[in-house]
Amino acid sequence: MNALLNTQTVANSLWLIPCLPLVGAVINGLLGRRLPDRLIHFIGCCSVFIAFLVSVAGFVTLVRIEEPGNRLLIQSLYQWILTAWNQGSFSLEVAFRLDPLSAVLCLVVTGVGFLIHLYSVGYMAGDESQGRYFAYLNLFTFSMLLLVLADNLLLMFVGWEGVGLCSYLLIGFWFSDLEKARAGMKAFIVNRVGDFGFFVGLMLLFWTLFEGSGASMTGLGINQLREAIPLLSSATPILGVGVATWVALLFFVGATGKSAQIPLYIWLPDAMAGPTPVSAFIHAATMVTAGVYMIVRLNFLYVIAPAAMAVVAVVGAVTAFYAATIALTQNDIKRVLAYSTISQLGYMFLAVGVAAFSSGIFHLVTHAFFKALLFLGAGSVIHAVHSNDMQEMGGLKKYMPHTYLTFMIAYLAISGIPPFSGFMSKDEILWSTFNSHLPVPGLGKALWALGLLGAGLTAFYMTRLIALTFMGGFRGGSEKESHLHESPSVMTVPLMILALLSVVGGVIGLPAVSHLPNLLHDFLGPVLSTHGSSGHGAHAYALEVLLMLVSTGVAITGIYVGWLFYVKRPELPGRLAARFAGLYRLLVHKYYVDEIYQKLFLRPVLRLVTLSGRFDLNTIDGAVNLSSRVTAKFAFLIGWEDLKIVDGAVNGLADIFKRWGAWLRHLQTGRVQQYLYSVVLGIFCLCVFMLLF
Amino acid sequence: MSYSLPSFLIVSSLLFCLGMYTVLIRRNAIGILMGIELVLNAAGLNFVAFSRFLEPSLTQNLLSGQVFTLFVIAIAAAEVAVALAIVLSLYSRMKTIDVEDFKELRG
Amino acid sequence: MKAIIFNVFVLLTVVPCFWVALSSNIVHAAFSLLVTLFGVAGLYVLLGADFIAVVQVIVYIGGILILIIFGVMMTQRGKLLPLSIQLPGKFIGALLSGIILTALIMVATKSLWPVASFLEEPQPTSAAIGNLLLGKYLIAFEVASILLLVALVGAVLIVRRSVRGE
Repeated sequence: MNALLNTQTVANSLWLIPCLPLVGAVINGLLGRRLPDRLIHFIGCCSVFIAFLVSVAGFVTLVRIEEPGNRLLIQSLYQWILTAWNQGSFSLEVAFRLDPLSAVLCLVVTGVGFLIHLYSVGYMAGDESQGRYFAYLNLFTFSMLLLVLADNLLLMFVGWEGVGLCSYLLIGFWFSDLEKARAGMKAFIVNRVGDFGFFVGLMLLFWTLFEGSGASMTGLGINQLREAIPLLSSATPILGVGVATWVALLFFVGATGKSAQIPLYIWLPDAMAGPTPVSAFIHAATMVTAGVYMIVRLNFLYVIAPAAMAVVAVVGAVTAFYAATIALTQNDIKRVLAYSTISQLGYMFLAVGVAAFSSGIFHLVTHAFFKALLFLGAGSVIHAVHSNDMQEMGGLKKYMPHTYLTFMIAYLAISGIPPFSGFMSKDEILWSTFNSHLPVPGLGKALWALGLLGAGLTAFYMTRLIALTFMGGFRGGSEKESHLHESPSVMTVPLMILALLSVVGGVIGLPAVSHLPNLLHDFLGPVLSTHGSSGHGAHAYALEVLLMLVSTGVAITGIYVGWLFYVKRPELPGRLAARFAGLYRLLVHKYYVDEIYQKLFLRPVLRLVTLSGRFDLNTIDGAVNLSSRVTAKFAFLIGWEDLKIVDGAVNGLADIFKRWGAWLRHLQTGRVQQYLYSVVLGIFCLCVFMLLF
Repeated sequence: MSYSLPSFLIVSSLLFCLGMYTVLIRRNAIGILMGIELVLNAAGLNFVAFSRFLEPSLTQNLLSGQVFTLFVIAIAAAEVAVALAIVLSLYSRMKTIDVEDFKELRG
Repeated sequence: MKAIIFNVFVLLTVVPCFWVALSSNIVHAAFSLLVTLFGVAGLYVLLGADFIAVVQVIVYIGGILILIIFGVMMTQRGKLLPLSIQLPGKFIGALLSGIILTALIMVATKSLWPVASFLEEPQPTSAAIGNLLLGKYLIAFEVASILLLVALVGAVLIVRRSVRGE
């Protein structure tokens, strides 16, 4: 075991982590149609599982390195780009980097990813194109791992794009349904907007750094960037805003695309069109975490751009609250979860916005557990009910006990009930927000209040979801009721594992008041630029406990109200909706954001198209027509002459060729013998020529 | 005839012309193939004869001629294999190997 | 002595050649071709090209000719066809060939070939040819091997398709 976990050996096998899923994707993608389903499942799951084992090995190796500052494994595969720049040379390598941050993400991606793969075996059973499905899923894992492990931003961008591509492929997996294919396209296009921001940021960053540093920059490794970032502060501001802020904001635009924040969150609810495990995969293990990860990865950049940080925090908090309000009224079980994901991601951005990077990652991890669990549980429910609509569910408690139990755990976790993992991470974020030092005085407190309110709403809508799905009586009709069944164990076992993780996941980030070490925070410390910012060290324990009590109280209130509305007095919500009809309609229609985007962006573009078309038709065509009419007059004169003389010549020439062709055509007789004769005739002529001259 | 370069050249010319004649007059596709073999042999014989008799200082390596003959033989083998395959497939379709009947390529 | 052997091989090469060209029986023609090829192999030996001679025997006589004879046998079912074309065509062919033959013989005899004044005793050539093939002519050698492979696959494909098409 010691020999196996030799630091060098592990560093040299880092490539296995992303490449194993890639191999699985290639095999399943190319041979999927011919392989038996069992083999497809085996390849799909096994490749991710082995990648998980390698990740664990990497993690253990990192932990065993005594000095936290040295916890870094880099494997350089080959030189990608080598070019001269500003009298210096600049090289870019395809290199993988395992440091505490990427190790945590790798574990989440491969671990939760593996469980989702396993679950998919049950969920997708009977589907015709399982090879394609598992190939996409593996490719998704690969892209995400590439993104996580990349040692430079350009390689990261490759993974970043790969993730976007795979989300498109998987959301539109059932592409024969136009609605679903459209959802895939929507995800892709909205992501492109974000990617554009990311890429512009990338270019701006490179440009500034290499202009500013002369020959001293030799590459774009994360470490090199980290050392070079201070140069950004001395660069000339653009439009009065520092370059660092610009870059940070542009990267954040990319993050809003991938991680579904205002204003680019609109693709995520539609992404529910894909198979449910895919939703779980996108929401928990991959894709949406990319934005958060990227910001944490570049924390050294964000730290020197406090304005950008404030923007991130505000957007995060507003999204957290805003998405929670939409989730209140949705009836599609997956949509509720989708908005809750957006909301939870908002918390993560809030955390990184207030420089509590490790709290953001902490919430990312716990969220991965309980959100994967929620989605897979919802998938299990959908599998049984064959509908997404919560109005047609109810009373599933007694039909699906395992699903119910595990779902309850996730529910308690997301609602923020201690000691479940969700409570730990969310509370840490709120606490950090409360204590933060944002550029605008009082902003921290305001964001904290918003976050707290969002937490209450979360508890409420999750209670609603539970009540509508599992409590009461079944509303889908007796015919459907007779078919209700618990899902097979290949689906419930991953649920149980995730449930366990959702319960105990909080251990890795215990609050300071417990006087126990915050493992995750300490582990991530070396890669983060801020130390002790998440409220550790000397601070008021009393205040922390108070805030904990407050947030717990809010959560319990939310649950109580939900219970009151949907279990105790089910007539209340209707009355409330009638009372505040306008607000209700606003929420049901998701603030009309899709419609607003339609009006604001799509319509103008279309109108611009029509307008330029009309301009083309009237003005340009008019001018063209006028000139053509003038030309036509001239042409008539010339034409007369042309007809007689030039055309005569041209036609005559064409006629000659035509006749030649008709004559030569006879040479192509199809008779081998005649061909041979012509060959020999050629030789003969050659001989005569040689002899005579 | 004496053992000298012109004698070999005359022999190979005979082979060549007889092969060419065969190619010209045969209607049978396999007969044509035989003619082609004769022509190729004539070429090979010329190569080897020149490599034997020419002044060594004029050439970089006298064995080059032999190597070329080897290539000629290899190509002949390939050619016969493909040609016979074509002939056989034509035969199975048209029940004849008379090239007079193969007129589908007419332009 | 050498001249006698040379003349024997020349006759062995040229005489059956006429049969190949003129015989009205395709089987006779094929067997005459065998003798001709054998005669050429003998000439190769006389030219000191031992390796080529052996290759000639193995590939031409053992491979190509056998293939041709197979071809003859597999296509001789059904009605017997006239082997050659009719007279005017025959005449033109003979005329052309005759003229070219005359020209070639004139070239062969009248030219001043830069012939070596002294002929060395023939040495075994296999090793030297091997070196050339894997040295100077390596690319040609590899290309030839690929050509053979492609021809093989192509031949199989053509025949297979026609068999399936039946």
